[in-house]
Amino acid sequence: MQAYQQKAEVVSTEKVTGDIYRFTVKAPDIAADARPGQFVMVRAGDGLDPLLRRPFSIHQVAEGGLVQILFKVIGKGTQAIAGLQVGQHMDVLGPLGRGFVHNTMQEHYLVGGGIGVAPLLFLAKQLLKKNEPSAIRVLLGAGTKAEISTLADDFENMGLGVQVSTEDGSLGKPGLVTDLMVPLQNENKVMVYTCGPYPMLRAVAGVSSDKGWACQVSLETIMACGLGACLGCAVLRADMNGYVHVCKDGPVFDADDVAWL
Amino acid sequence: MALEEPDMKISIGSLRLRNPVMTASGTFGYGEEYGSLVNLHRLGAIIVKGISLLPRQGTPPPRIAETACGMLNAIGLENVGLERFLSEKLPFLQGISTPLIVNILGDTVQDYEQLAARLNEEEKVAALEVNISCPNVKQGGVAFGTDPGMAHAVTKGVRQHFSRPVIVKLSPNVTDISEIAGAVEEAGADAVSLINTVLGMAIDIESCRPKLANIFGGLSGPAIKPIGLRMVWQVAECVSIPVIGIGGITTPEDAIEYILAGACAVQVGTTNFINPKASEEIIQGIGAYLTEHSMASMQDLIGRARRV
Repeated sequence: MQAYQQKAEVVSTEKVTGDIYRFTVKAPDIAADARPGQFVMVRAGDGLDPLLRRPFSIHQVAEGGLVQILFKVIGKGTQAIAGLQVGQHMDVLGPLGRGFVHNTMQEHYLVGGGIGVAPLLFLAKQLLKKNEPSAIRVLLGAGTKAEISTLADDFENMGLGVQVSTEDGSLGKPGLVTDLMVPLQNENKVMVYTCGPYPMLRAVAGVSSDKGWACQVSLETIMACGLGACLGCAVLRADMNGYVHVCKDGPVFDADDVAWL
Repeated sequence: MALEEPDMKISIGSLRLRNPVMTASGTFGYGEEYGSLVNLHRLGAIIVKGISLLPRQGTPPPRIAETACGMLNAIGLENVGLERFLSEKLPFLQGISTPLIVNILGDTVQDYEQLAARLNEEEKVAALEVNISCPNVKQGGVAFGTDPGMAHAVTKGVRQHFSRPVIVKLSPNVTDISEIAGAVEEAGADAVSLINTVLGMAIDIESCRPKLANIFGGLSGPAIKPIGLRMVWQVAECVSIPVIGIGGITTPEDAIEYILAGACAVQVGTTNFINPKASEEIIQGIGAYLTEHSMASMQDLIGRARRV
């Protein structure tokens, strides 16, 4: 697979809320090849601490060779990236991994949890090229309203139906995103695409399985290279016999192919 | 008058390399992973992920943890095994002009011998690098590389079954690395490479558990450079075979330090994860250094810091 290492200029920064940021960089080669569900490995500068790049799903690509990432500051690596100003550069490696599989299902459910919404916006844009908006349903879960309202608006502005759940009840239905899934009845063939924290993915995979819906999950692990060289991002196979690697075999997997522990 | 290009060629036994920069085993996959990011034809040598007779699944995750200027890994020697290496990985490498060095590992001396014998049939395999940091299952799991007698035995076994250069990769997790280096030289090694990762650990203070499922892992990256450099210096003091320096090399300056300490070549490891272009930058940087310092060849640089 073709990957590029680019010094990408930061062209815009947006503080979505609290510790969640959305950065747009100019990385034309990556933007041209990127597919929904693929990721990039980012390094803020030349420093040796933190040492490793940080993986991010591609949030969306735009005209002019632009690539956008949506991320939450959780440690030194993301702190350094969040500190970049417009006009400065980040070193971006990508596009990497296998994204969401295009398919001929009649209905598409995009299920995101918190920052896991990131790759679903890119996916929604792609799906809209071949599907009516009514065939796409967006279900978003978060802890509280501030974490999700801006992101929910992005999907609504595309003409998509969006349902939201928050754990504190400050927006949409109080509870978890799976609480939005359970009441849904559908006789059509459904594909669920999901990204978010591991316990949520496990629950979404479980509900999908119960309902007979196909499900693709985007997994996140600690990662060193992103290229299939270090083998650090191992995840147990569904048959418990050996491992798949999130960077190369994923990050998107059929939910039936990985073990849910 | 145009400046003459510096001569960066080096030799390791009968192996001739166009420059002294190799990719360290386990950090460069089987070469193909980096094909779109690195000019593979420009490297001194490519050392591929360690191969065992049979495929290995590796250890459970989490397998890696970041530490200050470094990372810990416990991959558990996951690899595709000899047969799949030959059928799936070697064909790509056949098309690369750069010498291929295959890193091998085993549970017993016989494992290493079988690997050496089979790889001896493949002309593309220019040299072997023997990972002796694995446990010897017939000796209670003590790592081959921590005992001079076992290190000697495994080196001798490989030597007898492989006709081209044999490089033995040394573990730093020993009391006296010179003693091990001396033992493998005596057993017929053409070169030694050092250091492998330094055993370490990290604990997550929120979960109150070790960060690696394996508890312990190998520390690599810039954090270990001073240790590698010291050990290269020590080993170069006591062996007369070539020494290949490994450990925390991220820049040309790091590589030059190792060469000044007595290494005739270097391996770039963890840095491949962070900056895939690093090996090419290091090749260029060593060349520029030789020119700037009016050195005609690598011979002017190797071990220069040791000369009185």
